[in-house]
Amino acid sequence: MLQANCPNCGGQISFRWSSAVQTTCPFCRSILVRHDVDLRRVGVVSDLPPSTSAVQLGTEGRYKGTPFVVVGRIIYEYDRGTWNEWHIRLGDDSAWLSDALAEYAVSRRLDTPTNVPAAAKLHVGQQFTFGGVPFTLARVTTASYRGVEGELPFEYWDKSKITFADLDSKDGRFATLDYSDPEPLLFVGEYQEFDQLQFSNLREIEGW
Amino acid sequence: MVAPRVKGLNCPRCGAAIELRSGELAQTVACPSCAAILDAKDPNLRVLQEFTGKMRYQPRIPLGTRGTLKGDQYEVIGFQVRGIRVDDVDYRWNEYLLWNPYKGFRYLTEYDGHWNDVVVVKNTPEEKEGGRQPTVGYLGETFRHFQTATAKTQFVLGEFPWEIRLGDTAETRDFVSPPHMLSEETTADERTWSLGTYVTPQYIWQAFKLPGTPPAPRGVYADQPDANAAGAGSLGKIFRLFAAIIVALFVVRQITARRDLVLRQVYSVASHNPDSTAFVTPVFALAGRTSNVRLTLETDLENNWAYFSLALINEQTGTAYDFGREVSYYHGYDDGAWSEGSRTDRATIPTVPSGQYYLRVQPELGSDGERPMNFLLTVQRDMPGVAFFAIALGLLAVPPLFAAFRHHAFEQMRWRESDYAPLSSDDE
Repeated sequence: MLQANCPNCGGQISFRWSSAVQTTCPFCRSILVRHDVDLRRVGVVSDLPPSTSAVQLGTEGRYKGTPFVVVGRIIYEYDRGTWNEWHIRLGDDSAWLSDALAEYAVSRRLDTPTNVPAAAKLHVGQQFTFGGVPFTLARVTTASYRGVEGELPFEYWDKSKITFADLDSKDGRFATLDYSDPEPLLFVGEYQEFDQLQFSNLREIEGW
Repeated sequence: MVAPRVKGLNCPRCGAAIELRSGELAQTVACPSCAAILDAKDPNLRVLQEFTGKMRYQPRIPLGTRGTLKGDQYEVIGFQVRGIRVDDVDYRWNEYLLWNPYKGFRYLTEYDGHWNDVVVVKNTPEEKEGGRQPTVGYLGETFRHFQTATAKTQFVLGEFPWEIRLGDTAETRDFVSPPHMLSEETTADERTWSLGTYVTPQYIWQAFKLPGTPPAPRGVYADQPDANAAGAGSLGKIFRLFAAIIVALFVVRQITARRDLVLRQVYSVASHNPDSTAFVTPVFALAGRTSNVRLTLETDLENNWAYFSLALINEQTGTAYDFGREVSYYHGYDDGAWSEGSRTDRATIPTVPSGQYYLRVQPELGSDGERPMNFLLTVQRDMPGVAFFAIALGLLAVPPLFAAFRHHAFEQMRWRESDYAPLSSDDE
């Protein structure tokens, strides 16, 4: 396990994922960006809302037989509440476990095809083919970045409003276009039942 | 840990205590006392909408009750009454929002004592084109369209993880494949599909340990399975088994019947005086185990009748089987050829032991004609019959036919509440 010290408070930072680009200090909540072995403090996490997710950093599970561990998190807020994108180390890869009101899905980043339109040109019903699977644009959501925690595969600490495009396929897969960068990021995944994911080390929720 | 599980708050309108059971997830909460809809995200629970309706409803499962469904614990956190209007008639049902912080949300619906256990489905069901009645496919099951309506929220209690207001409307389309129902709800923002499974009221009462007995369901609900259909299925199986046995017995009987021809004689009757016509046949042997004896009379009657007093008599024991047969045959021509009766008659004596027998025959010739009558008398032993097997099959078919009729009536009641109601005189 890669270890370093927080440049702000000196606390020991342990990386669960060696390729992490960004992490947060669990002691002083500094947001730290990694360059080789050096950590640079770029900001501080504002107070996170009380967690509503059963998942936490360090939660383990399996996705289609491959073990994963939760290493980081982005919290988004939109007009219907918040949802969590948990960054997971799935085998040796980076992937995402989203938890929206205890509906779970696992997705992976794919290379964005060149024919994806700009955020302003999205409209519901548009058809796309990603990785050979046809997708239909179901809704466009604007969310704001609410906070981060733990290790992420990219620098993600100064975002504000982000446009998301949600796409459905007929075989139960979904895709998300994330317009937080000028070049949209494409994630393709599948919904999962709680029991399918074989969780361990979940957060204890009082009374349950 | 001593942290409270629920946030302690008060309704800004009436002061009643408000609990937020799903914590940060709650977006709106309706006061359990005054039913005002409050902003759960606001620290002071700003009033979003007052309840001005006349009817208040009491959930049958109180808010905060925990129950076990499919092995997982769920807590009732929200309750709403929704309604649709069809042909100027209002139909209302209750919806319970259940929550488990690990497993997520689940719903229960209740209409006229009928309950459904409902989950949101993530994969969009596949719409199938064509036909008067659309269908959708989901996980290999085909659902038939039942009803399209506009559902309106009429009453709300407790908390919801989304914005909810009195008067909210959604276009609903219900598709059924008992005991399942797929429902599509479309609002301005989104379209969701949910899958309901019909459950008995007793199941709900046990799951939530509710006191007393549940109200009995009335009528037939859209996705209610016909409880007798399983019984009808096993009735059908029993019928097929016994029918096969009867047919097998019939075949065996056809193969093994002796069909002995024991007597074949021609007689003639000229006298109309029955006292002078009696005679006895030669003695014949009836062999084998106790079985039937068939007697056939073939006459040459012409517009006349004859009555035969008959006795089959055992030569050794004197046992007699007495019986009478009437034969009559008339025919003619007015406005076309007509005929009535038959020249031939046949009778079967069911169980006759073996032995030496003769027949005593006393024909009485009707006086309508002057001609004498000739007749051929045939006696056969151990003839296979059809009647017994036909009657047995017919009786055997009564319970499954009755069950099929009942199932048909059940389905009629189901579809009477749908957009595909069969036309009937009692339609309002």
